[in-house]
Amino acid sequence: MPKYILKRAIMSLITAFLVATMTFFVMNMVPGGPFLAEKAVTPQAQAAMEAKYGLDKPLIKQYTTYMTGLLHGDFGLSIKKRGRTVAQIIAVKFPVSARIGGMALVLAVLTGVPLGAVAAFNRGKFLDNLIIVLSTAGIAIPSFLSSTLLVYVFTTKLHLLPSLGLKDARSYVMPVIALALYPSFYMARLMRSSMLDVMGQDYMRTARAKGVTTFKSIFKHALRNAILPVITYLGPLLASLMTGSFIVEKIFNIPGLGSEFVSCITSRDYPMIMGTTIFLAVFVIVMNLFVDIAYAFVDPRIKLK
Amino acid sequence: MKKTKLISAMLLAAVLLSACGGAKTVDGTKSGSDAASEQTAEKTSAGGSIDVQIGSSPETMDPALNSAADAANMILHAFTGLLTVDKNQNIVGGLAEKWETSEDGLTWTFHLRPDLKWSDGSDLTAEDFVYSWKRLADPSLAAPYGYDLLNMIEGYDKAANGDLDALAVSAPDSSTFVVKLSNPCTYFDKIASFISTSPVQKATVEENGDEWSTKPETYITSGPYKMTEYVDGDHITFEKNDYYYDAANITFDKIVFHLISDDNAAYTAYNQGELLLAKAIPSEEIPNLAGKEDFHVDPMMGTYYVSFNTQKAPFDNPKVREALSLAIDRNYVANTIMQGTYSPAVNFVGPGISDAAKDSQFAEVTKEKYGDFFNNDDYDANFAKAKELLAEAGYPDGQGFPQFSYLTNDTGYHKAVAEYLQDVWKKLGLNMTIDIQEWKTVTANRRNGNFDVARNGWVMDYDDPSNIINLFETGNGNNDGKYSNPEFDKLVEEARSTADVEKHYDYLHQAEQVILKDYGMAPIAYYSEFYLKSPKLQNVWYSPTGYYYFMYGTLAE
Repeated sequence: MPKYILKRAIMSLITAFLVATMTFFVMNMVPGGPFLAEKAVTPQAQAAMEAKYGLDKPLIKQYTTYMTGLLHGDFGLSIKKRGRTVAQIIAVKFPVSARIGGMALVLAVLTGVPLGAVAAFNRGKFLDNLIIVLSTAGIAIPSFLSSTLLVYVFTTKLHLLPSLGLKDARSYVMPVIALALYPSFYMARLMRSSMLDVMGQDYMRTARAKGVTTFKSIFKHALRNAILPVITYLGPLLASLMTGSFIVEKIFNIPGLGSEFVSCITSRDYPMIMGTTIFLAVFVIVMNLFVDIAYAFVDPRIKLK
Repeated sequence: MKKTKLISAMLLAAVLLSACGGAKTVDGTKSGSDAASEQTAEKTSAGGSIDVQIGSSPETMDPALNSAADAANMILHAFTGLLTVDKNQNIVGGLAEKWETSEDGLTWTFHLRPDLKWSDGSDLTAEDFVYSWKRLADPSLAAPYGYDLLNMIEGYDKAANGDLDALAVSAPDSSTFVVKLSNPCTYFDKIASFISTSPVQKATVEENGDEWSTKPETYITSGPYKMTEYVDGDHITFEKNDYYYDAANITFDKIVFHLISDDNAAYTAYNQGELLLAKAIPSEEIPNLAGKEDFHVDPMMGTYYVSFNTQKAPFDNPKVREALSLAIDRNYVANTIMQGTYSPAVNFVGPGISDAAKDSQFAEVTKEKYGDFFNNDDYDANFAKAKELLAEAGYPDGQGFPQFSYLTNDTGYHKAVAEYLQDVWKKLGLNMTIDIQEWKTVTANRRNGNFDVARNGWVMDYDDPSNIINLFETGNGNNDGKYSNPEFDKLVEEARSTADVEKHYDYLHQAEQVILKDYGMAPIAYYSEFYLKSPKLQNVWYSPTGYYYFMYGTLAE
C-alpha cells in the first residue's frame, strides 16, 4: 500500500506539472491581456505594469519564474484584484464553496443511495418507475433552472428563505439543494443499476437460500458491493462540488471560489488562472487517490499495487 | 421621483466654469445642507442603515487605481477631493472651501477647509494632496486615469517617466494647494472634483502597499464614510466618518453595498425588500417595469456607436459609411430593440453634458446652432438616400460590395443590435456576418484594427465634451476606427489650449460637426441609467456621470 501511494503521488505530481504547463501556454495564446481595458492606458503605464508582473520578459522566462515560485508555494499576485495574492483569494473563498459543496455532497449521498437501493428492490413496480422518472428529470434539469425555480418558490412566492448571500442557516438551504440535485439523482441511477447487478449474483441467491433476512442481505451483502461505482463517482464529484459552482454561486450571490474560475479568465488575470487551475487539478487528483484507497477498505478483493 | 421631474432637474443642472477666464473666487457652498433643509417638512428619519446594490465586486477600492463606475460609486462615499459635485451637477467646494484661477488660467490655487482630518483622526493637509497627485502620475502605479486627469499639469511628461517631483503641484502652507498648468484647462475644476484626484493617506499606503485598500483597518478615508466590513463577492459596509468636515449633515449611519453580479439575484432581493436600490435589472423585466413608480430611467453621459475601419476599403469611403449610417433606424433600435433603455442619437454628443453658459446643455446648443444631424423621424427618406449614396460609391444595390463582418461581444443588447444591422444592411444589398467574440478578444481586435465594422461605445468620465470627442483624435488610444482628419485634430487641439470657456465649447461643437460629416462613426443611441429605487429612499440622487449619492439621503417612515 505505501508503495502504491508513493507511485500515485509521483504520477500526480507529473499530472499537475503538465496541467500547469499546458494552462500557462494556452492562456498566453488567447488574445488580449490583463492590462487591455476599454480605456486605453498610456505606453508608460502599460510598460510599468508589465514590468511589475514580469510580463515584459520572454514567455519561457515567465514560465520558469512562475514554476520556480510555484515550487516554493508562491502563487503570485492577482493582477485584477490589486493588493491581494492568489493564495489569499483562494484561502478566503475556498472554505465558503467547500462548506456548501460538502453539505451538498452529504445530502446527495444520503438521498441518492437509499433512493437507488429502494428502486432496485422494487424493480418494475410503481415506486421504481416513480424514482426513475424523478431521477431522469433531476438529471435533465440544469442547475440554473433548479436554482431559479427554488428562488421563485421559496423566496418570491412563499417568502420563506432569503435570496442573498450566506447570512444564517436558512441561507444554505437553497444553494445546497440546487447543488445536490444532480449528483443525488445521478447516484440513485448508479446505485439502482449496480444494486440490480449485485442482486443477480450467486452469493445473493445463496444468502437468500440459507434464510438470511432481507434486511441483513441488503445491508451486509448487497449494499457493500453495490456501492463501489458510487464511490468511484464520489472522487470527481467531491472536487467539483467543493471548488464551487459558477452558476449556483452567481444566482445566490455566494462569495465562493466558483465565480473566480470564470472571472479570472475573462479578465486575463494570468496568476489567478494558473492558481485556480492548479488548485482544482491537485484537488481532483487527491480526491481520486482517496477514492482508490477507499476501494481497498470497502472491497477487500481489490489490492492496491 | 417622477421622470419628468428628473428631466427638469437635469435641465436646471450645470452651473459651470465661472472660475475660468479671469481671477475670481468661488465660494464652496454645500449641497448637503440644502438637501437636508428641503426635506424637513416631510416625515422622514435621519440616521439608520440602508442596503443598496450598485455593482458587483470591485477590482479595487483605491481611488487612484479605479476606473469602474461601480467602484467609483462606493469610493465617492469614502473619499472627497478638493472639489465635489452637488445635486444639480454644480462644482462646489469639497475639502477645499475656496479656489481661484490666475488671469492666464494657468495657476489654480485651492484653499483647504480648516482642521481637516482623516478617518483615523490624524490631520489632513495640503501635503497629502501633493503626495496623492504625484502618486496618481507615478508610472509604477499605472493609474488608469493618470494621463487624462493630469496631462495638462506642468511637468507631467517627466513625472509620467518617473521624475515625480517634476509635477508642478505644491503646498506653500498646510492649507493651500497650488497647481500650475502647462496649458489652460477650462474644465480643471471638474478634474479637481473627479474621484481619482481625492487624497489618500501616505502613511497607510506606504506601509501596506496595494493591500491598503482591501482591508477596513487600513482603508483610511477623507470622505463622509469609512469602511467597516469588506467581504469580497458579498458586501462592503460603510459607516459614518465622524471626522468628516460635513459629518453633521451626513444622514445614514451605515450603508451596506451588496456586491451582486447576477441581475436576477439583485432583482429578487429588491422585490423582497432586502435592497432599497438595485441597479442590476434583468432586461426581460423592463417591459413590465416601464411606468412604475420605483423604476427610473435617467440620462447617462455616453454614446453607443458603430466603428468603421476607416483605413480599410470599402469603409475608407465616406459615402459608404454615410450609406450604412443612414440605413439605421435609430428610433427603432433605441425604443424597440433596446426597450427604451437608450435614447435615439441625433448627434454624437448626447444629453447630460453641460455647455459654456450657465445651465446650458451641449446637446441643446448643438441643436440650436446646427440642428439635428440625423432626422430620425423620416426613416424612409434616410433609407432612400442610403441606397443612392451606395450607388454613387460604385455599389448600386450592393453589387460588388465585399462581404464584411461586424465584431461584437454578446452582452446586453449587442447581439440583438448586430442582428438588426445585418438585416437592415441586407436590404441595401450588403452581406454582413456577425462575429461574436468574448469581451477581451473584441477589445484586442478592435484596438488592433482587426475588424471591418465593430460595436463601440463610450461612457464619459467627467462632464466635458472633450472626453468623448477627443477619442477620434489621430493617435488616440481609443480611436479604434483609426479616423484621421487634420481639420478635426486642429479643432480639438485649439479646444484644449484655449483659456476661454466659450471658445473651448465652440471648437468642440465644430469638431463634432466635422466628425459627423465625415461619418467617422455611426452614432446609434445615447446611454441611460436604469434602476429600481424604493419610494422610501429619499433625497438621494443620481448624476449623468453615472454616480449615485446616498450621503444626504433620508428614509421615509
